[in-house]
Amino acid sequence: MKAYKYIGQSVVKVDGKEKVSGAALYTDDLEFGPDLLYAEVVEGPHAHAIINSIDTSEALKVPEVLAVVTGKDFPFNFGLYMKDRFIFAQDRVRFYGEQIAAVVARTPQAAKKGAQLVKVNYTPLPKILNPLDSIKEGAELLHPELKNYEHVPWFFPKADTNIAHHRKIRKGDADKGFEEADYVLEDTYEVPRYSHCAIEFHAAVAKYDHSGRLTVWASSQSPHTQRNLFAQALAPLGIRHNDVRVIAPHVGGGFGSKAGVTMEIIAAAIAMKVQGHPVKVMWNREREFYNTYQRLGVVAKLKIGVKKDGKITALKHDLFWDAGAYVEYAANVVNAVGLSAIGPYNVENASIDSYCIYTNLPPGGPYRGFGYSEFLFGLESHMNRIAAHLGIDPIEIRRRNIIKEGDLTAYGAHMNPNGLLQAIDKVAEEIKWNEKLKSNDPDIALGKGFSLFWKAPAMPPNASSSCFLKFNEDASINLLVSGMDLGQGFLTVMAQIAAEILSVPTSKIRTENPDTDRNPYEWQTVASHITWGCGNAVRKAAIDARDQIFSLVSRTKYLPVDTLYLEDEKVKCTTHPKFALALKDFIINGIQMEDGTFKGGPVIGRGVFMPEYSSTNANPETSQGGHPNVHYTVGAAAAILEIDIQTGKMKVQKVVEAVDAGKALNPSLVKGQIVGGILQGISTVLYEEMKFDHRGKLLNPNFTDYKIPTALDIPGEIVPIIVEVPQPDGPFGARGVGEHTMIPIAPMIANAIDDALGVRIKTMPITAEKVCLEILKKGK
Amino acid sequence: MKKISFKLNGETRFLHVEPNETLLDVLRDRMGVKSPKCGCDNGDCGACTVMLDGKTVRSCLIFAIEVDGHEISTLENISKNGLSPLQKAFLEKNVFQCGYCAPGMILSATELITNNPHPSEHEIKEALAGNLCRCTGYTPVIEAILELTKKD
Ligand code: FES
Ligand code: FES
Repeated sequence: MKAYKYIGQSVVKVDGKEKVSGAALYTDDLEFGPDLLYAEVVEGPHAHAIINSIDTSEALKVPEVLAVVTGKDFPFNFGLYMKDRFIFAQDRVRFYGEQIAAVVARTPQAAKKGAQLVKVNYTPLPKILNPLDSIKEGAELLHPELKNYEHVPWFFPKADTNIAHHRKIRKGDADKGFEEADYVLEDTYEVPRYSHCAIEFHAAVAKYDHSGRLTVWASSQSPHTQRNLFAQALAPLGIRHNDVRVIAPHVGGGFGSKAGVTMEIIAAAIAMKVQGHPVKVMWNREREFYNTYQRLGVVAKLKIGVKKDGKITALKHDLFWDAGAYVEYAANVVNAVGLSAIGPYNVENASIDSYCIYTNLPPGGPYRGFGYSEFLFGLESHMNRIAAHLGIDPIEIRRRNIIKEGDLTAYGAHMNPNGLLQAIDKVAEEIKWNEKLKSNDPDIALGKGFSLFWKAPAMPPNASSSCFLKFNEDASINLLVSGMDLGQGFLTVMAQIAAEILSVPTSKIRTENPDTDRNPYEWQTVASHITWGCGNAVRKAAIDARDQIFSLVSRTKYLPVDTLYLEDEKVKCTTHPKFALALKDFIINGIQMEDGTFKGGPVIGRGVFMPEYSSTNANPETSQGGHPNVHYTVGAAAAILEIDIQTGKMKVQKVVEAVDAGKALNPSLVKGQIVGGILQGISTVLYEEMKFDHRGKLLNPNFTDYKIPTALDIPGEIVPIIVEVPQPDGPFGARGVGEHTMIPIAPMIANAIDDALGVRIKTMPITAEKVCLEILKKGK
Repeated sequence: MKKISFKLNGETRFLHVEPNETLLDVLRDRMGVKSPKCGCDNGDCGACTVMLDGKTVRSCLIFAIEVDGHEISTLENISKNGLSPLQKAFLEKNVFQCGYCAPGMILSATELITNNPHPSEHEIKEALAGNLCRCTGYTPVIEAILELTKKD
């Protein structure tokens, strides 16, 4: 194997110094001068109601209030995959806390005071807080206009129902498969909603200047997608794409919450009404909980048939998603799960129905794992239960069923090369799977849990990445990309790719979060596709620059191109060992010839990547025939859990997780994703819970009542393991790992509880209280 | 409005504040000191941590008038003479991800190792328990501190 100098090294993050020194600036840290205006959003106190009238007259009388805007000012809808959303509520509100107006003032205090004086008259409508109620005959229609909404061609809304999308898989013959089974297990699993809890709030500042230029500074995972959606939504006001400029400073955590467009469009729209002034819209912790995307809840009915030897004969998975009031992004979570809810298994006969259902709860949306955590909770619980029934070891039953390279996925495409078996072996060994646990304390029960995981990037087939690579006089580089560094280390890894190809050290490569005016196109930083997608664009840009360098040196120094190579920032030649031309001597100013003329000029590399083989064309009744997912990243995880039998309190003693990164471009960053993802996963299964009351109001929108773990709550030991089976079309073989690391954790814990106590908990979260009640029930 | 003065990162500063202005808002919006962050405004997250007379406090829970005559220092103060050994350890090990919790976390850790140069793992966890981080899972932070402070 070729030895790399930068690839595979735990290079220090290019933005590391900014972050440890306090120099890193996030959106709310930017200064906009004394003309900055503040907007306060007015929210509806009903989960579902008709808005009869809005009276803004009193608010406008407050000193220093400049404007009040309402839905009437922006009768436009928007959305990433389906345009079912509004900048401000139009004729009705559909979730508790939905924005219906905004008051713009010189100070935050004046804006707040104004907001309290906006009078709204409502007629409440029946509300639906549960997806199963929403699909009952005669249920109130939440979006009577559903059939008219524009959407991507791979969505199938059901007109005059609350089903915004239905992804359907029919592979083989499920009925026949169940007939052939020796054992069939059928059950229902429930996963509630969760909040991302990035520590930085959403923040956006927008300015529509007197020349007609709209600039938006936002805490964002998606600068170009935001530009696109702002331009589309505001087109009726005369805005074009090149009028919009999105600038993305550092982001204090995303996890999906800052993907697509949510509150940022409020700032963009308001700016249009107060031309000339920058205007700031700031969320607080409460709004962060109830008016950004939430992770969707799901009720999953799962049926699996197996032979005596554990081989799966058929799988039926029906998933009813609580997608919330607007599903412009959430519907694609539902779609992605429909395609993949077969799990990392080779199943000949499968039937999957994934329903995207409107409810009067806040809009669902992308959250790290994109639905896979949710369906794996049931699927990986089910696998253990089947194994127990058959008397087969839980890992062994998985080995007998796992999908291998070339096997057919649920939609009939071939599985990519992968290291699933290696991951299983390594995890089993590290957790000492075959050794029985023994507790020395009669009050403490110990259990081992195991789970597999897989996930594909969910994205449109034409999600592209691009890169400009500019050399400077000293052969340092500015690498312009538009992916976002959310902390995962994306920018560092891009620098490593360019460094490897061009022999310029990463410390001489500057790469920063984007400005859509200056940086080339990137779809968005989601789906764990950015290392793979943008990495390919950077690779191409670096090769493009290298080709230009070699061609220049070849025609000026009369050396064949195929004898040239780069080393230590110099062009060298395999046939002339003494030849060494430093990049800095010609990379901008060219090479001088004997006649005094110069050849060459600034070297600028350009790279574009689009996965041209990806396709969503498939039969909607079966989903067969397309290639909607570019590839899957796979892995396995196991844990040792201790449970206090008196209180139900749990502590994770050890977690082992192996992920197939294809090639870990920067191992310390991959390990960072594993360790961080494990704790986020543990948190969703053991601690977190969104509680809504009968009005659909979130009862715990703060960190006092919605607990996320502290340093005292971490597992006793974490062992991250990297497996590397190269992805053939990945940059240096890499594929994404960011989201995957949290998705096996919930079923792994549920399986460990079953191992320890013999109780199976089928609803998340699995709190100490729930475990304790199960212990008491069992004791009876 | 009340006129107050306090030492901020080594320099004596004077300003007028309303009695209900928090120290966090005053530092960020009126004095241009941006390393203390807001993550909850409620005392839950520790992102707003600053040092008051050498002890960490949550600046979102303190009114600016309360620091009249006292000394405040923020991460900017530590960084102005180059990175501290602790900051260097965090940098070299790629400890932080989004970095939003870093200013508060670094001040809490600095306070810990100033008072207790060789903390145990549990002491480190207790010292950091008031600083929420959603990205790192805390383990890398704890490991870096342990390695830096271990007795040879
Ligand atoms: S902002 Fe002060 S503790 Fe969270
Ligand atoms: S690194 Fe993101 S919150 Fe700590």
